[in-house]
Amino acid sequence: MSRRPPPHPADGRADRVVPPSGFTARLTAFSAAAMAFLAVFALALALAAGRLADRWQDALEGTATVRVSAPPDQMAAQVRAVLGILAQTPGIAAARALDPAAQRALLAPWFGPDLPLESLPLPAMIEVTGEPAGFDSEGLRMRLAAEAPGAVLDDHGRWRRPVVVAAERLRLLALGAILLIGATTAAMIALAAQAALAANRQVIGVLRLVGARDAYIARAFVRRFTRRALFGAAAGTAAGTAAVAALPATGEAAGLFAGLGFAGVEWVLPLTIPGLAAIVAWAATRAAAFRLLRELP
Amino acid sequence: MIEFRNVTHRWSGVELLGEVSLRLAPGTFHFLTGPSGAGKTTLLRLAYGELVASAGEVLLFDQDRRRISRDDLARIRRRIGIVHQDCQFLDHLTLSENVALPLLVSGRTAGPEAAALPELLAWVGLAPRAEARPPELSGGERQRAALARAIILSPDVILADEPTGNLDWEMSLRLLTLLVELNRMGKAVLIATHDLNLIRAVKAQVPARVLRIRDRRVQLAGAEL
Repeated sequence: MSRRPPPHPADGRADRVVPPSGFTARLTAFSAAAMAFLAVFALALALAAGRLADRWQDALEGTATVRVSAPPDQMAAQVRAVLGILAQTPGIAAARALDPAAQRALLAPWFGPDLPLESLPLPAMIEVTGEPAGFDSEGLRMRLAAEAPGAVLDDHGRWRRPVVVAAERLRLLALGAILLIGATTAAMIALAAQAALAANRQVIGVLRLVGARDAYIARAFVRRFTRRALFGAAAGTAAGTAAVAALPATGEAAGLFAGLGFAGVEWVLPLTIPGLAAIVAWAATRAAAFRLLRELP
Repeated sequence: MIEFRNVTHRWSGVELLGEVSLRLAPGTFHFLTGPSGAGKTTLLRLAYGELVASAGEVLLFDQDRRRISRDDLARIRRRIGIVHQDCQFLDHLTLSENVALPLLVSGRTAGPEAAALPELLAWVGLAPRAEARPPELSGGERQRAALARAIILSPDVILADEPTGNLDWEMSLRLLTLLVELNRMGKAVLIATHDLNLIRAVKAQVPARVLRIRDRRVQLAGAEL
């Protein structure tokens, strides 16, 4: 039989009165670890979606294109007229007509690099860069219609706005997933705590017999479950953060996934997950403990 | 300190105790006898507030049990030493930790009671077993440990349910001598037992009242005891 040194009664660790329970301990630690791992990914996704939405929003507000369609002999005059209008329009910082090489580069992904531009009836493209305050696109559209009928202003809103909305929705979904993960963690830890409390009815009976208050009994369980959740979540967070850091670089071609991860100070955010898990475990165990203690005679 | 005023207790409509009036005043010594199932344990559970009477009043230190909050009941229990029939220990703690449990839960781990723990264990003859776990103890050792735990906070009232059930005669007398000593110090003692020899042995030392439960009613026992 293993022997320990004689215990001194001045041992204030209240949670020692609760017998070690392997199953609920493992369940709590594992749940907290798994949920923290998922929370790291949900957090990375929320941040990436947020960054993407901001990037697209900035691009939407900052640039526009004027497309000029005209017979070849009138094209140069039309382009000059449009550039003149743009130069006079308040809120426009710069306007530049794309030269054939730039147009060829734009079309190369679809038609290859050897596209004979001169033989195709392509419209001229004018790239417009707005000032931070923006410009009156409706007013510009009306002036172009009056003075350069072949010119059409495209402020990119039609196709970029849905993408921005989608990215914002994705951010909300990721934040919702974090809340769900938190709620699931609370539910699982509350269940584990309730199982531990129910399995320790006899212990609770003895503690009450010797004059323990409900708060003392609850504290013994709460401390234990909070500590388990903290350690489990710390392990899960470490694994999740390492997995995010190890994601392969995909470049801009990957769109959203190119930004999946943390940047700069964002790496600090996962560190809050174990603390939050501990707070969730504390609240869930405390609520479960007091509920059960109220039910017991 | 503990008073029953015309107390009746029912469970699922069945009367377990009826019209009990009883007063455990400081310095009194009571025995409670009766056959198994008569209601001795029920009366003890009412006396330390685990059960709430169906009718009548149980006063614990002048407070009606029905109006005592859970926290106050816990504090009151620290003034009542309880020796249960089945002892009830925490098996993962050592014997000395179990005996010191009332000190731990009441935050008195640094007081004179804590310092006196080794002495108390020696007094009940369990010093060599201080590190043993409850499952390793014999029935007699468990009951002595339960008594040590019940008195470690120097309670005002001691309630014991068949405290000598697993003890030999010599150990029973030692334990009763301790209870008599505590009674002489002004503690109220109530022992539920059906061991008449034990009752006679105590009555030879202190004036003890013997109560008998018959037909769910508590009566003063006759002169034969």
